[in-house]
Amino acid sequence: MSLVFSQLINGLQSGSIYALIAIGYSMVYGIILLLNFAHGDIIMVGAYVAWLVVVNLSLPPALAIALAIIACTLLGVVIEKVAYSPLRKAPRLSLLITAIGISFLLENLAQLKFGAGAKNVPALITGPALDIGGQHIGFTAVLTIIVSVVAMIGLTFLIRKTKMGKAMRAVSEDMGTAQLMGINVNSTISFTFAVGSALAGIGSVLYSCAYPQAAPTMGSMLGLKAFVAAVLGGIGSIPGAMIGGFAIGIAEAIVSAIGLSVWKDGVVFAILIIVLIFKPTGIMGKKINEKV
Amino acid sequence: MIKKSTIIPMPLRYLINIVLFAAFLFVMNTLITGGTISKYYSGVISSIGISIILAVSLNMATGYLGQLPLGHAGFMAVGAYTSALIMKAAAGSLITFPLALLAGGLVAALFGILIGIPALKLKGDYLAILTLGFGQIIMVVLLNIDDVLGFKLTRGAAGLQKIPKTTTFLITFICVGITCFVIHTIMKSRHGRAILSIRENEIAAESCGINTTYYKTLGFVVSAFFAGVAGGLYAGNIGILNPSAFGFMKSIEILVMVVLGGMGSMFGSVLSGGVLTALPELLRDFDKYRMVVYSLVLVVVMIFKPTGLMGTYDFSLNGLLDKLILRLKGGKGDGGGKAVLVEKEGKANE
Amino acid sequence: MKKFLSIALVLVLIVGCFAACGSKAKPEPTAGATPSAAASGDTIKVGIIGCQTGEYAQYGVSVMNGATLYIEQLNANGGIGGKQVEIVNYDNKGDSQEAINAFNLAVDKGITALIGDVLSGNTMAVVGEAAPLNMPMITASATADGVTYDSESDTVYSNVFRTCFTDPFQGEKMANYANEKLSAKTAAVIYETGNDYAVGVKDAFIAKCEALGIEVVDEEGYATGDVDFKSQLTTIASKNPDVLFFPNYYEDDGLIATQAREVGIKATFIGSDGMSGISKYASAADLEGTVYCAGYAPASSDAVKAFEEAYTAKYGTDTLNMFSANAYDAAMVLCNALQIAEDAGLTAGTDEYKQAVIDAIRDKSADLESITCNGYTFDEHNNPVKATNIMKLVGGVETFTETY
Repeated sequence: MSLVFSQLINGLQSGSIYALIAIGYSMVYGIILLLNFAHGDIIMVGAYVAWLVVVNLSLPPALAIALAIIACTLLGVVIEKVAYSPLRKAPRLSLLITAIGISFLLENLAQLKFGAGAKNVPALITGPALDIGGQHIGFTAVLTIIVSVVAMIGLTFLIRKTKMGKAMRAVSEDMGTAQLMGINVNSTISFTFAVGSALAGIGSVLYSCAYPQAAPTMGSMLGLKAFVAAVLGGIGSIPGAMIGGFAIGIAEAIVSAIGLSVWKDGVVFAILIIVLIFKPTGIMGKKINEKV
Repeated sequence: MIKKSTIIPMPLRYLINIVLFAAFLFVMNTLITGGTISKYYSGVISSIGISIILAVSLNMATGYLGQLPLGHAGFMAVGAYTSALIMKAAAGSLITFPLALLAGGLVAALFGILIGIPALKLKGDYLAILTLGFGQIIMVVLLNIDDVLGFKLTRGAAGLQKIPKTTTFLITFICVGITCFVIHTIMKSRHGRAILSIRENEIAAESCGINTTYYKTLGFVVSAFFAGVAGGLYAGNIGILNPSAFGFMKSIEILVMVVLGGMGSMFGSVLSGGVLTALPELLRDFDKYRMVVYSLVLVVVMIFKPTGLMGTYDFSLNGLLDKLILRLKGGKGDGGGKAVLVEKEGKANE
Repeated sequence: MKKFLSIALVLVLIVGCFAACGSKAKPEPTAGATPSAAASGDTIKVGIIGCQTGEYAQYGVSVMNGATLYIEQLNANGGIGGKQVEIVNYDNKGDSQEAINAFNLAVDKGITALIGDVLSGNTMAVVGEAAPLNMPMITASATADGVTYDSESDTVYSNVFRTCFTDPFQGEKMANYANEKLSAKTAAVIYETGNDYAVGVKDAFIAKCEALGIEVVDEEGYATGDVDFKSQLTTIASKNPDVLFFPNYYEDDGLIATQAREVGIKATFIGSDGMSGISKYASAADLEGTVYCAGYAPASSDAVKAFEEAYTAKYGTDTLNMFSANAYDAAMVLCNALQIAEDAGLTAGTDEYKQAVIDAIRDKSADLESITCNGYTFDEHNNPVKATNIMKLVGGVETFTETY
């Protein structure tokens, strides 16, 4: 029984990181219908920034956390301005290919600059482990789960209750009409990217606490899995992304727990395919009707 | 303005191309077997051929059909392993290799149907993701299938070794020729126009009575088939197969070729498939920056010319000859009213 | 602007195409059919091929640096019989197709022998090309059994040698060690499924454990790029093995070690040579008592110290590891053999010359002052017979304890 419980906790922890990243994916998709492939790589950049600040510049971890989040936010906005905004009227395919290009660009730049090997990121946040009913739960696990839930609630509030959130919903509904209504579409989209990327920055900090390594390709698999989570939960839906993230994390833990760990990635993608075929909109997604 | 040229009659047009292609094959083959072109260069030329098949076949799905499959390397892997296993089992015979290539293509096409029918009901992004997932699953299966089967089939991470090295320049480029010919003729037919209409506007195409699922599957399967053939050639070229060679990166590399050349331009795919394979060999000192430049080029091309360098322009030798003949004829009666414009559809679009 | 840019890009593409076609059609006259012609002259050309860029670049760069260091030292001391050794270095990006291309290009440039390839898969692809040419080659890092020996047809590739251990050798060694020195009764393994090295070592370890009567209670895999191993480790923890075996590379091993202690695994960690370097990736407390086998023990002798000093002066400490040390040895073994072939007055590039080099590697490397062992002798599969160094993590430092 305790084994089941600890596997569940394992699943929740890795799931909470997927969830946090999936929320970013979902937000961006919700507003400009773009699968931001570079999202996972923004996390990689965040991890490298943290490493640079702590190891190379020997500055305190608190500063590293702040700088990592700021760097990710800026990077997200810059990518949107430089690469995605010129393509706002272009076919979706071009936008998707650009996103893939940006993702590879970031990975390869990191590899060029820092080498292919992993860098060890020292612990940024430390704290005591939690004991629930004799079960040992790591501090980072608890922290990640709490942060993800808070982020989800905060974002839902932002989107549902604030003026900016209203603008975001309007832009995602119909960009042209929103513009006619006096909404600044460009700044709304920039804001969305800023929020999404800041979440990636937080994700990168939590990630480096749980798995203290920075490597050029660390974002790609992570991004893909988070993306599967976003699709599973219903892309465009914030609570959906959260549910999807936890579902993927727990599914992975279950597969490993029953001794099929080598098939783990296969199972994740098989879930994705099954969901796409039978319920393409995911658990919480809305169906978008396409017009001619 | 699209006008059918009647200056060079139809059978002759094919004949010219076939004769020139055969002459090219003959000359190159003589140079290679005679040793004038060293093993290194012939090896590079063979990989260029394989890249061209991959790019042209992906162009079928991306350029003509307007979908974005991100698992092209998965089809290549299926074809490669199928061909390799057949070649290993029945090495020696002359017909083994062509049969193995065919089988590789067919198995890949089968996977194309399996993935295609459910996948193609989905739109754009979802299809991209689904094929991406498929590519990843193929890799996991190739790595771990032996444990399930209980005997050595793919040999997992260690890789399938000692595959007879049967890929030659001649076979590769015959396959290149067949690929281009088949895809070209499909695209010039009624089916091709149906496929193009799906790219232009799926809903409008559907409302015109085009069975979009059928044509999407058709495009997808043809694309998968030739990717499988390319996989078989690849297996016979390097003699060892490893699942990690067919990852997401490989799919992206093929996609870069198509995008750069021009989505919907076979000429563009051939050109960029060749250049992107040959260029890194020429610029070996530049290796470090290769992937950075690739990704940068991808982004820059998308921003400034989203249809790729060639757009949908397709080179046609006969079209060129037509123009030349017209120019010669037109020299006499210049301004004589009737200037016949022979333009390919792509140009008309621009 | 747009138009200009697209035109410029088209031009680049076309120029590239012509450049490509040009070189295709006109191979340099020196290249190709007659390597002997190119190889003669005042230098002896030696190829180095490996993954110097890409995902596995850290291994390829170490090998390149190690081998280059030896050859430069040799050249500074007068080279081989008055001839300088010229390095023909090509990158293969970790891709088998590129590896073959790189090898064929090196052959065109007239190499007489090859140091490389780096990854096992790439090396096997190169062996397929090199065996028919009987090209002497020595790898510093390709550990798969199949590099020198084809089990399907029971043939040894007589031209291929290595200075590193094989996968099965290490797996068996550590099983023996666990049995004899750690008196382990139960063992568990966690390995990277996409890595032929990890799978090869793991298979041999498990087979040997079974033969020795150690019960393998669990065997867990993970995918390349994974960072969360807790689910697998929780399962392992529930079976409470005496030892946990890591047949992976040090970066993953570091994460696994940390997480294993987190989920409460008390077992002693044992590893193969890929573990060397782990001290940077996990805490001293988590690693205390961990042992692994290594072909190279840092700072264990004066020769090793001299090597480390020279290496650090030239390349820094980032890439100094067993790959660079084994590559240094590989270059030494090869250059010694070239010396013998030169002394015999043979012409570079001829069949006799190649065979002489191969024979010399096999039979006349025993007295070399190599740094990872006392000279090289090779077994019937061309694998080196050298003692294993057992390294132990003491207070976060990888310490040489004994040869086993």
